[in-house]
Amino acid sequence: MIKRSLAAVSLIATLLAGTLTGCAGSAEDPNTITYWASNQGESAEQDMEILHDELAQFTAQTGIKVNVEVIGWSDLLNRILGAATSGVGPDVVNLGNTWAASLQATGAFVPFDDALMQRFGGRDRFLASSMSSTGMAGQVPTSLPLYGLSYGVFYNKKLFAEAGVAPPRTWDEFVAAAERLTDPARNRWGLTVAGASYTENSHFAFMFARWEGVDLITRNGPEFDSPGAVAAVQRYLDLMSTQKVVSPGDAEEGNTSSAAEDFTDGNAAMLIAQNSVIPTLQDNGMSEDAYGVVRLPAPDPLPPGGTPALSHVAGSNIAVFADSPKREQALKLVEFLTSKDIQASLNKKYGTLPVVTDAYDDPAFHTEEDAVFSDVLANYSEPAPMIPTEAHFETTVGSAMRDLFAEIATGRQVTTDDVRAALADAEQKMRGTGG
Amino acid sequence: MTSTAAPSPASTAAPPEPPARRRWSPSRRMLPYLLVAPALCFELLVHLLPMLGGLYMSLLELTQFYLRDWLNAPLAGVANFSFALDFNSAVGVTLLRSFAVTAGFSVLTVGLSWLLGVFAATLLQRSFRGRAVLRTLFLVPYALPVYTAAMIWKFLLDQDDGMVNATLGGLGLTDGQTFWLLGDNAFLATVATATWRLWPFAFLVLMAGMQSIPHDVYESATVDGAGLWQQFRSITLPMLRPVNQVLVLVLFLWTFNDFNVPYILFDKSVPNAANLLSIHIYNNSFITWNFGLGSAMSTLLLLFLLVVTAGYLAFTSRRMKDA
Repeated sequence: MIKRSLAAVSLIATLLAGTLTGCAGSAEDPNTITYWASNQGESAEQDMEILHDELAQFTAQTGIKVNVEVIGWSDLLNRILGAATSGVGPDVVNLGNTWAASLQATGAFVPFDDALMQRFGGRDRFLASSMSSTGMAGQVPTSLPLYGLSYGVFYNKKLFAEAGVAPPRTWDEFVAAAERLTDPARNRWGLTVAGASYTENSHFAFMFARWEGVDLITRNGPEFDSPGAVAAVQRYLDLMSTQKVVSPGDAEEGNTSSAAEDFTDGNAAMLIAQNSVIPTLQDNGMSEDAYGVVRLPAPDPLPPGGTPALSHVAGSNIAVFADSPKREQALKLVEFLTSKDIQASLNKKYGTLPVVTDAYDDPAFHTEEDAVFSDVLANYSEPAPMIPTEAHFETTVGSAMRDLFAEIATGRQVTTDDVRAALADAEQKMRGTGG
Repeated sequence: MTSTAAPSPASTAAPPEPPARRRWSPSRRMLPYLLVAPALCFELLVHLLPMLGGLYMSLLELTQFYLRDWLNAPLAGVANFSFALDFNSAVGVTLLRSFAVTAGFSVLTVGLSWLLGVFAATLLQRSFRGRAVLRTLFLVPYALPVYTAAMIWKFLLDQDDGMVNATLGGLGLTDGQTFWLLGDNAFLATVATATWRLWPFAFLVLMAGMQSIPHDVYESATVDGAGLWQQFRSITLPMLRPVNQVLVLVLFLWTFNDFNVPYILFDKSVPNAANLLSIHIYNNSFITWNFGLGSAMSTLLLLFLLVVTAGYLAFTSRRMKDA
């Protein structure tokens, strides 16, 4: 009996000791760092494969091993918040660049001041637009751009040719083309949108408001119900309500990839999306030569005071946790991932755009398609509001638009006054919680 | 254990141990407390501590500026509470609306689940061929992971190519274009999904309760000429009262706190008509990063549920004593 219990106790003790030292081993090993990567490709598995190849080079160069975990976008922010709150987290992390200011406010990340930036070739080596989305204006950025994205209009070449329509260059041409390509009886639509996605909705509110010369976030805080802002939101809603070039069913689409299905199925002739949607298009069986890409066509001429913001500065950033005891090793990884060659090869594999100017030497980024996206990112993008409560801006405005889409889809008339009231309500909610 | 050559002395020679070496045994009074102690410790650790943490957080100004060092976040006093309960502001109004939606949702879901449960349990009380199969079948929704169940409903209720619209449209009952997951219909969709998932539990508990009702009571009632309905009203329901007391309470607490069903059904875009309190609190904490306000709302929810539970138990227990 005693022997048996002794054996059991010692077994448990060995097991415990094993796990405890196992944990301590990796945490204290100065040559191993942890990296939370955002999900950039079709799946976490694909990301792991891509990153594994690249990081093997890093380990060979520096002797530093990297434990990678690929985290889906729906979890990433919560995981970062958890790590920031508990102080237990990775050394290096990716983030959506619209969160840059919010996460900057937590103080959880290492600031990239001018001295530190020298390691990465200085600020000027990065695209100015991508760099504008790394933290609040006038403050030291706490993240660096990693993958660049921008919006463009994807169009179905076959449907356009059949209808004898040319790719649109202005907003009026865009609407006219969409109307020509719409035939509700055959379930054919000019355009597909993700009407239930508050993030997508808020991006369009932001861009279209810039066309009207309006800022939704001003020095006085949120101003969502100005005439320009109402006109901007209405421009997007009208595609479903008055121009009727968007299927009412799109009011239910919760994200771009589900909206993209209508495009790849041939039920919608156009899709306004970031270049990150390309893997989804191919995954759905649409070949590269079946679609074309043009810049999002702005009105010509623009409303007085308007700027041609054809995209917000989209993409992913990379940051180093301030609590990390292995800051030097972590910075080496950032240096590696933003280096010319790795930027070129990683962005090529993900279908994203390099964020450093020298990586554009690679001819791969000069295809017709990429030229459109990189031109928009470099020359026609404006940063989403870089404020600590950016996420709150997206939810309040985007959700108000989602509800308006729902009303339109269910057959209710949405007037300008309705839009103004919904936006005023959103503004009150944002102001209410300290926005 | 490994040595087979010589039996170990411990196992062969086992003389009765001398009374002096008798083990310590707890007194009769202590024993129950000792038995409960480990569970109690874990309960404190797993439930009570986080709850107290939440209470403390509700008194803090806990936004992203202070998250990293949240123990030192500035005290907000009752500001979070007064803010959440200011019914002249948009935040207070939405909280109130969310509360009303949740109350309606709970009443409907619990009521429907209970009715379906009673109905099925009564039907399956008599033995007939295939009873076991039906019982198993009825339990399937409860056995499915909630994620799977809600996803299935999401597909069924899709406007474009969902089966609900295809069926209704095919039968000519509607035009087949109804949006079930948008606007006010979202409320019905949530109730239907939650009920579908929950009623087997009511069925299971009620069936167990009915098994314990002696069969001869029904026999005498039949002899006295009582019909099925009368038997149900005068025997089954009163005999099930203790079971119902617990069942309804548990169902209510689960539905009032339901998070999974609306969260999965609507992704992150929950329409106002299905904006249950848990979702509302989640959005206020995790999307707007105002964890102090979110905690204050959670605390209010906790208080409300405590009051309802206490009131309900006091009321039903008294009625049971009277009966």
